Amino acid sequence: MTASTSPETLSVLDRPNSYIGKVVPRPNLERLLQGRGLYVSDMELPRMAHVVFLRSPHAHARIVSIDAAAAKQMQGVIAVVSGTELAAVITPWVGVLTHLKGLKSAPQHAIALDRVCWQGEAVAAVVATSRAVAEDAAELVAVDYKELEAVTDMRTALDPATPVIHPSLGDNLAFERNLDAGAVDAAFADSDAVVEAEFVFGRHTGVTLEPRAVVADWNAAEARLTIYQGTQAPHMVQNIAALHLGLEESQVRVVCKDVGGSFGIKVHIYADEMAVYALSKLLRRPIKFVADRVESFNTDIHARDHRCKGRIGVKRDGTITAFEIDDLTGIGPYSMYPRTSAIEANQVVNLVGGPYATKHYRARARVVFQNKNVMCQYRAVGHPIACSVTEGLVDLAALRIGMDPVEIRRRNLIADDAYPCASPSGLKFEQLSHHAALNKLIGMMDYDALRAEQAALRKRNIHRGIGIASFIEVTNPSAAFYGVGGARISSQDGVAVRLDAQGSVICQTSITEQGQGSESLTAQIVGSVLGVSMARVRVILGDTDNTPYGGGTWASRGAGIGGEAALQAAKVLRRNILDVAAAILQASPAELDIANNAVVNAEDGAVRIELRELARIVYFRPDTLPPGIQPELMATRHFVPREYPFAFTNGVQAAWIEVDTDTGFVKLLRHWVVEDCGTIINPQLVDEQIRGGVVQGLGAALFEKCIYDERGQLTNANMADYLVPMSGEMPDIDIGHVISPTLETELGAKGAGEAGTAAAAAAVANAANDALRPFGVIITEIPLTPQVILTALGRI
Amino acid sequence: MTIPLPISLQVNGERVDAQVLPRLNLADFLREHLKLTGTHVGCEHGVCGACTVRVNGEIVRSCLMLAAQTHGASIETIEGLSDSGEIADLQAAFGDRNALQCGFCTPGMLVAAQDLLKQEAEPDRERIREHLSGNYCRCTGYQAIVDAVEATARARRERNP
Repeated sequence: MTASTSPETLSVLDRPNSYIGKVVPRPNLERLLQGRGLYVSDMELPRMAHVVFLRSPHAHARIVSIDAAAAKQMQGVIAVVSGTELAAVITPWVGVLTHLKGLKSAPQHAIALDRVCWQGEAVAAVVATSRAVAEDAAELVAVDYKELEAVTDMRTALDPATPVIHPSLGDNLAFERNLDAGAVDAAFADSDAVVEAEFVFGRHTGVTLEPRAVVADWNAAEARLTIYQGTQAPHMVQNIAALHLGLEESQVRVVCKDVGGSFGIKVHIYADEMAVYALSKLLRRPIKFVADRVESFNTDIHARDHRCKGRIGVKRDGTITAFEIDDLTGIGPYSMYPRTSAIEANQVVNLVGGPYATKHYRARARVVFQNKNVMCQYRAVGHPIACSVTEGLVDLAALRIGMDPVEIRRRNLIADDAYPCASPSGLKFEQLSHHAALNKLIGMMDYDALRAEQAALRKRNIHRGIGIASFIEVTNPSAAFYGVGGARISSQDGVAVRLDAQGSVICQTSITEQGQGSESLTAQIVGSVLGVSMARVRVILGDTDNTPYGGGTWASRGAGIGGEAALQAAKVLRRNILDVAAAILQASPAELDIANNAVVNAEDGAVRIELRELARIVYFRPDTLPPGIQPELMATRHFVPREYPFAFTNGVQAAWIEVDTDTGFVKLLRHWVVEDCGTIINPQLVDEQIRGGVVQGLGAALFEKCIYDERGQLTNANMADYLVPMSGEMPDIDIGHVISPTLETELGAKGAGEAGTAAAAAAVANAANDALRPFGVIITEIPLTPQVILTALGRI
Repeated sequence: MTIPLPISLQVNGERVDAQVLPRLNLADFLREHLKLTGTHVGCEHGVCGACTVRVNGEIVRSCLMLAAQTHGASIETIEGLSDSGEIADLQAAFGDRNALQCGFCTPGMLVAAQDLLKQEAEPDRERIREHLSGNYCRCTGYQAIVDAVEATARARRERNP
């Protein structure tokens, strides 16, 4: 036997019967297909009461008085609790992290004390035996408000004449970051052309189909709080709940069953959720909160409300000389807790220009407070802004010098053999594949044929456009993301695997499942390493009492970090199993392998002992084992990336669209993505993550916008007026891959959860401008509504 | 208005007798009274399609119908359609194609898709997209769902040419 074929040295990726790289069905689908999942909104507990929050109708107001006497008289009402009353149970928080230098925010309470700072902030909790009764009672609570001037326009938030929302902070500036890398002024001076534009992004939100929901159950006898919540990060929730309720973490258990969509919306901890934990402790009974859709729009974090001025310098030969941006974003009245609301702007600074070779880059980002709903991290945090600005500028530069958009990218994307290298903003790239990805994309879409079709249709007054957008994506974040700033948000994950008494495998992982396929990828890895069929691997996740400690699933980290922990834990268990088998069989472990649920001869694959039989002996007849053998049929391993703060991925997208210049409507005809996420564990899951992500980006490109009026009122807080992508308008999406595994892990997987969202809007916006080229019109605002397009065309 | 009304109906083939407040909608009745939690509530105003069920053979948004209106009706929910086996092939196609991620839209999506497949043997992709355009899915981007419905239509045609 040669070393390369030894089972001990054979990579999991190459083992016979490996599930890695294969399309296998997700193990948890049947219950969801039959409507027999368990979402938090489905849960009921004995003595459970329901809370409804009375919410401020004003964007900014002083609470003069709250009269709950009539509500408390209503049959079925258990309690009406004000912010002041609840503050006796739960402490306030400030959403800052030390690595975001200068970031400031004001103390935020679970329920407002004497002032409300956005329309939708809770002013009282009404707890009753049913949701309907609580809603009826909430209508009887009389709140006297004194309206204050609302700060709504981010552009004037820093003006001296604008009121300061939190006087103790001195101004409305939450965070500012400046970066100046290379010699930007000289690079612009050396350019043949410098192009500028202001890019405007609509504030939008996640619209998870299941609204945020939590059931909190304080057991006074155990002095223990169990929180059932659809969260991406159970241990983070455990830490924060304990911290603010004055408990030890061991007194808080967080359980996460099925989650009806998350996308970053449910990675945060909201004030109303804190209130539910506190209410359960205060009232000593289970309390359930399920946001309704209006509440979701008014209180689920919003994202992407940015205005970003950009400049690009270019030479006649297409060389990009420099990028410069000045980004402004408004985050609502508080920096969100505990991840903060400065991360998106920070990411924009990090990511602009990221795919390109130029070393000259200057950036300023300012984050301001406003009296609107809070903004924070939502799928692809910062990426869509950075990508739209970068790719929009690249197209403008190409247009100015008369170069094809593909050609200018070919001349400026970082060469595929230039790695490892770093970006001007200091991002470390291990191995990216921009050129290979672009070449593959051009082939998939048949670029030249599309250009010919475009030209032919133009003669018939049909205006189609092609948009290209290259991108990089942050995945597998290390402690650099949150931990270094003082947040108790784990960047490591753990997996425990054990062989049960019938030779099946139970696997507990700290990553979580919101539909991405975390269970599946874990079972695929564990099954492959152990030589056990996936049907015999059961994965347990989403329970702080029953999984190792870890970060959870967010920032495209589940497969890369949790998957590696699973691989390493399974390797240890495999070794332990072979040690026991060798003792039973009087063989050497090196002569043995595990395949198809049995220990086999490594040489010829002949079955030596079924795992079921091995487990029977270990658990029930250990007396028959040789002396001195103590089998360990459970193994735990943890993993966190240490070498690279983030495992960057890359890719490129293309959109083919038609703009109706009479109506302003955009029709999405086709969309292509080539992505490089390293090792692919399950191609179907990766592709569907990308497709779903693209469609979220397409929503941002064409439809989605939280429309506030000048008084800070959200005017479209329902699903009829806030438009989301539906099946009728969405295109089919073709996906291709380039594979550059990260060498930091044995698995080699990077994340793929945000790639789709990162560049979809940029591709569509570039396509729209390409389509409108004959009209001499450039649009740098999304969503590209008919109104925006017709206004640009001068038709309205 | 607050006096409960008696209703008798069939739910998934079982007789149900209940007293319901006039304001109770069918979705809440199914979920809270009958504990049939496969019918999901997403928007509560008839836009998202998560609460789609079948009433007397027609699909309806159960958040837009009052429980009191269902007296004498026959209702089928995702649980009933699963247990009868009527949509087993469609469910399998959704699973094979990973046409669901979080699964919250899935019951409504399946009920709506089956409605189309009962009406039309050969819906093309555009027709499938149109018929499902009242069912919101945030996870998949819809393509996998369209693929699964298309594959089911094809398989049914091959079984019953």
